[in-house]
Amino acid sequence: MSLVREALLVAGKDLRIEARSRVTLAQIVPFGGIVVLLFAFALDPARGNLPRVAPGLFWVAVLLAALMALSRSFAVEARNSARDGLRLSGLDGSAVFLGKAMAVAAQLVALETVLGTLVVLLYDVHVSAWSVVLLSAVAATAGLAATGTLFGVLAAGSRRRETLLPLLLLPVVTPVMLGATRAFEAGLEGAPSEAWRWIGLLVLFAVLYLSAGVLAFDALWEEAE
Amino acid sequence: MEAVSNAVSLRSVVCLLGRFPALAGVDLRVRRREVVLLSGPNGAGKSTLLRVLAGLLPVHRGEVEVLGADLRSDRRAVRRRLALVGHDTFCYDDLTVAENLRFAARAAGRPARPAPEVLARFGLSGLADVRHGRLSAGQRRRLSLAVAFDRDAELLLLDEPHAGLDDAHRAELDLLIAAAPGEGRTVVLASHELERARALADREVRLEAGVVREPAGAPA
Amino acid sequence: MTGGARRAGLLGPRVSATTGVATAAALVALVVFGLAIAPPDEIQGDAQRIMYLHVPAAWAAYLAFGITTLASILYLWPRTRSIVWDLVAGASAEVGVVFTGLTLALGSLWARPVWGIWWAWDARLVTTAVLFFLYLGYLSLRRLPGTAESRGKRAAIAALIAFIDVPVVHFSVNWWRTLHQQATVFNPELDPQIHGVMAFTLWLGVLAFTLTYVYLLDRRYRLLALDEDREERELEAAIRARVGPGPAGGAGTTAGTTAGARAGVTP
Repeated sequence: MSLVREALLVAGKDLRIEARSRVTLAQIVPFGGIVVLLFAFALDPARGNLPRVAPGLFWVAVLLAALMALSRSFAVEARNSARDGLRLSGLDGSAVFLGKAMAVAAQLVALETVLGTLVVLLYDVHVSAWSVVLLSAVAATAGLAATGTLFGVLAAGSRRRETLLPLLLLPVVTPVMLGATRAFEAGLEGAPSEAWRWIGLLVLFAVLYLSAGVLAFDALWEEAE
Repeated sequence: MEAVSNAVSLRSVVCLLGRFPALAGVDLRVRRREVVLLSGPNGAGKSTLLRVLAGLLPVHRGEVEVLGADLRSDRRAVRRRLALVGHDTFCYDDLTVAENLRFAARAAGRPARPAPEVLARFGLSGLADVRHGRLSAGQRRRLSLAVAFDRDAELLLLDEPHAGLDDAHRAELDLLIAAAPGEGRTVVLASHELERARALADREVRLEAGVVREPAGAPA
Repeated sequence: MTGGARRAGLLGPRVSATTGVATAAALVALVVFGLAIAPPDEIQGDAQRIMYLHVPAAWAAYLAFGITTLASILYLWPRTRSIVWDLVAGASAEVGVVFTGLTLALGSLWARPVWGIWWAWDARLVTTAVLFFLYLGYLSLRRLPGTAESRGKRAAIAALIAFIDVPVVHFSVNWWRTLHQQATVFNPELDPQIHGVMAFTLWLGVLAFTLTYVYLLDRRYRLLALDEDREERELEAAIRARVGPGPAGGAGTTAGTTAGARAGVTP
C-alpha cells in the first residue's frame, strides 16, 4: 500500500540530496579506496597473500565506509531540524526506515562496485562464480543497510551519540561480516556450493532486521531528540 | 462538548528537556478560531509549549488535548492537521525551494502542486530553483512560512514568525494571520514583538519560568 | 509500582541480607569442593578445576542477559510498563557484562595449559566475546542524556535488537569454527563421563554463581533506583523552583505527595 510509496518518497529525497552534495561520491568512496590501499601496505603484496584475504579486507573496507554513510544519512535529518518536518508531515516511521535504508543500500552498492573493482585490480583476484558473489553482496548490503539505519537513529543527534554508532553496530553485524566473507571466498575459489548456507544466513539476517526496523523504528524515531 | 469547542486544552503539563522542566505545570485552553499570543521572556517555555502542541515532545505529566485528540496516548494523531513554524526551517539544505515545498507536500499526503501562489505570496517566485543552503535568513523564514501555510492546517503554531522578515512580508504575514479565524483556523503565536502581535491576537497568555503567570489560562 | 518498593530493592532488606549470606556460604563451599574435595582430572590435571568457575560464570552471564531481555519485554508491554523493569534490565546487563568478562578471562586461563594457547577462534569463545561488546554498547546507550522515559524505551528496544542477534551470531560463528569441547553436563547423553564429585562441584558452582548474580542484581538495582529517586526529587525541586512561591500549578501536587511519602531516608 502507501508504505512503499512513502518509502520511495523518502529514498528519492535522500538520493537527490546525495546527488547534489556528493558526499558519498567525493568523500566516502575515496575513503574506502584508501582503506583498500592501506591493507595492501599492511599485508605486503609481495608475499602473495592478498588474493586469499581479499574478501575479508573488502568487507571491512565496506563496513568502515558504511559507518560514514550512515552518520551522513542522519546528519542530513538533524540539519535545520529536518527530522521534525518529517515527523510533522505524518509519515509513517516504518516508511522513513525503509526509505532511508533503501537510500543507504543504493549508496553501498555504488561503494561496493568501486571497491570491488579496486580489489580485483589491485589484489589480483579472480572471480569464478559471479552469481554467488553478486547474490551474497546484495543480501549483505540489505542486512547492513537495515541494521545501520536502525542503529543510526539511536546514535543520531548529539556528538556523544555519533561515536556510539560503531560500538553499537559492529558487534551486531558480525554475522554479516562472517557470512559475506565466507561466501565471497567460495565465489572466488570456485567452490560455490559452500556459499549457499552463508547466503542463506545473510538473507535471514536481512529479513530479521528489516522486520525489526519496520516494527521498532517508529518508536525510536519518536524518541530521537 | 468542551472538547469540540477547544482547539487546545492543557492541564498541569510538565515537559522535560533532559532533566530540566521546561514546562513546570501549564494550564491552557484555546478555543477554535481563536488567535492567542504567547508572551514571556526567553527561556519561559514558549517554544517548548509549541513543540508539545505539535506532538514533537512527549509530556512528562499532565494532559494535552489538541484538535480533539489526546496527545498523551497518541502524539501523531493530529500532526497532519496542524502546522508549526519554528526557529529551524525543517528543510533540507541541498534541496531547492521548490523541491523542499514539493517534498513537504507529498510527505504530508497532498498532491505536489507547484503552488505558484504560495511562492509568490512569500516572495519566493524567483528563488524556486535556489538551494535552501544558499538562502538568506529572511528567505529561509519565508520558505518555512510557505511550507507551513501550504499545509492548509486547522491549527497554526507560529514561533516568532516575524523574525527576519522585511516590512512588506511582515504585513503579508499579518494578513494571513488575521484571515485565519475566518478560514476556520486557530492560531497560537509566540512573539516578542508585543505591539504587533497584540493587534493580531484575541488574547494574551504570559509564560514565565515554565508556567502561565497571567492572565489565567482558561478563557472566561 | 511505588517509589517505596523501589528503594527497598528487588528483594527487600531481609531477603537481600539472607541472599548475601547464602552467596558467601555457597562460594566458600565451592572453593572447598573445587580445590580440595573434587579429584584432579585424569587428563587435564588441576587445570580442569577452572571449569568450576568458568562454566558457572558463563551460565550467570547468559542468565543475566536473559533477564535483561525479559525485563525489556515487560517494559515495552504497555500493561506491565514500569521504570522498575527498565532498571532491572540495566542492572542485569551490568552484572552480565562483568560475568562475560570473567568468563572470557577464566576461559583464557584454562585454554593456556589445556590447549597451549591463550585464545582460540572457537565458536563459543567468539560468540561470548561478541556478546561482551554487544552489551557494552547497550550500557553506553543507557548513559545517553535524556528523560527516563526516552531512555527506557530506547534501551528496551536496543536490548531486544541485541537479543535477536545472539542466535544468529552463534550459528554463524559455529559454522565458521568449532573446536570447543562438547558441552559436558548439560548434554544428558554424555553424563557418565564426568565423575560424581566433579559433577556435584560444577552444580555447586552454578548455584553459587546464580546466587552471586541475584545478590549483585539486587544491589545494582537498589543503587539505580536510589539514583532515579534522587533525580526525581531534584526534578520536583526544579519544578518548585520554577513555579516559585504563590499558587503552584496543579503539576507538583500528585508527584509531590509520592515524593514526600518516599522521603523516609534522607541524607
